[in-house]
Amino acid sequence: MKVLKGIGYALALPVILVLIWWASTLGETNFFVPTPGVLAEKFAETWFGERILSDVLPSIGRLIVGVVSAIIIGIVAGLLIGSFKWLRDLTEPVLEFFRAIPPPVLVPVLMLLMGITDGMKVVVIISGCVWPVLLNTIEGVRAIDGVLSDSAHTYGIGGWARVKYLVLPSAGPQIMAGVRQCLSIGLILMVISEMFASSSGLGFTIVQFQRSFAIPEMWSGIVVLGLIGVAMSFIFQFTERRILRWYHGLREVENAA
Amino acid sequence: MTAQAVDKSSAAAPSHRRRSSKKLPSKQLLGLAGILGFLLVWELVPRVGIVEPRFLPPASEVIAALVRDFGLTAFWVAVGETMLAWLIGLVMAIVLATVLGFIIGSSSFLRKFTNSTVEFLRPIPSVALIPLAVLLFGVKIESTLMLVVYASFWQVFIQVLYGVADVDNVAMNTAKSYGLGRLARIRHVVFPTALPYLMTGVRLAASVALILAITAELVIGSPGLGREIALAQSGGAISGMYALVLATGLIGVVINLVMRWIERKTLSWHSSIRSEVIV
Repeated sequence: MKVLKGIGYALALPVILVLIWWASTLGETNFFVPTPGVLAEKFAETWFGERILSDVLPSIGRLIVGVVSAIIIGIVAGLLIGSFKWLRDLTEPVLEFFRAIPPPVLVPVLMLLMGITDGMKVVVIISGCVWPVLLNTIEGVRAIDGVLSDSAHTYGIGGWARVKYLVLPSAGPQIMAGVRQCLSIGLILMVISEMFASSSGLGFTIVQFQRSFAIPEMWSGIVVLGLIGVAMSFIFQFTERRILRWYHGLREVENAA
Repeated sequence: MTAQAVDKSSAAAPSHRRRSSKKLPSKQLLGLAGILGFLLVWELVPRVGIVEPRFLPPASEVIAALVRDFGLTAFWVAVGETMLAWLIGLVMAIVLATVLGFIIGSSSFLRKFTNSTVEFLRPIPSVALIPLAVLLFGVKIESTLMLVVYASFWQVFIQVLYGVADVDNVAMNTAKSYGLGRLARIRHVVFPTALPYLMTGVRLAASVALILAITAELVIGSPGLGREIALAQSGGAISGMYALVLATGLIGVVINLVMRWIERKTLSWHSSIRSEVIV
């Protein structure tokens, strides 16, 4: 019964919204808004063909490569910078400035430096995504509990063991917060790098549909981007639950007390 | 629940930083050295010829171009257009998100009812709306606004939802026992609880709004700094383009500083409670 109720709550509003959409497009034919039926039909027609190979998968591939490299670079550099106070002080203003630059303006810059290649698009994604991970890692490393750090020191835990058992777990929640921001920036940059300078990819295809006034196709492209966003957020939540299981458990205990 | 923990910790960051910066005066010197070192590397890389100066002009040239820009009306007009879109979009998003957040957050039925829809809509990247904005509004400020409002709305809305849900039961029941009406309860119990969350949301939304404002101008071509960057790039005014990129970075830094300042001002009464929660 409880499950049924939950499903009911989850489905009620979406169903109502789709019904309103269906009812309002029923009578007239609005050029800008396709009916649900047309959209579903175009969606299947447009994206379940060769386009999935030529546009969707390469885009997603670049996104994954870019995001994963950004996370690795961010964590490694963050651990390094976070562990030394002088290095942190030295780099902080410069890093703050780089973070404040809106990542999309890097598209024309990198286009100039690297030309319009796959590499450039990946670098755009990396150069936009790396900052939240990097800065959060630095913050996380800096905020390690002093007692824990001293205990580790006393027990002679140093080097890699220290990083693995002390630094990474205690910075973990902060790092994951950075990764979450990084994912949404990555998706935005993937689309923009293709909209701005490309001849293939999701972003390019959607803009192409819009320019040729293929409105239902354009809407279906927006739906694809939405689905990718939703899928990424699910994957992230799942991974985060696994990696930070101890942390969520700890918080539950704390909240209950 | 994760977001809650996470956003609280990011809200705490500035106060920590402030404390440590007061303790050590040499920190500023090191920071300055960092900036100078970065500029030096930037100056040398094209001069030595690692990257062609045609693609990456030396720092001195770019800074000169930026200083030249500061004297041009066209530059300030572009900055004004960007900031106008940023401000209008941000205010619209904040008002909309706060009102909806309070309404939906204070009823558990509405929360459950909208949860699936919110979770589905939130991750949709705002840039997916670019083609739609172009169709509806063309290359005008409205296109920029649409993206800015959409993107910043979620930042504030989610924070307000968490904030309203965080209301202390004892405080709420006490207010009820003392006969506070619905509006009075919202004003004196719910609002103070949600305010720190709201401010975190506003701070996040402010930087997201800038990103989207400039993105829209860059990709759609609505008036503002972003369009100037695209024009400079396609027109081959390379140091001019780098100067504009620097300018957007400076605007970003200023926005961050102002938002942190506002946050500190509005929450000065709250900071003791806040640091207690974070630990």
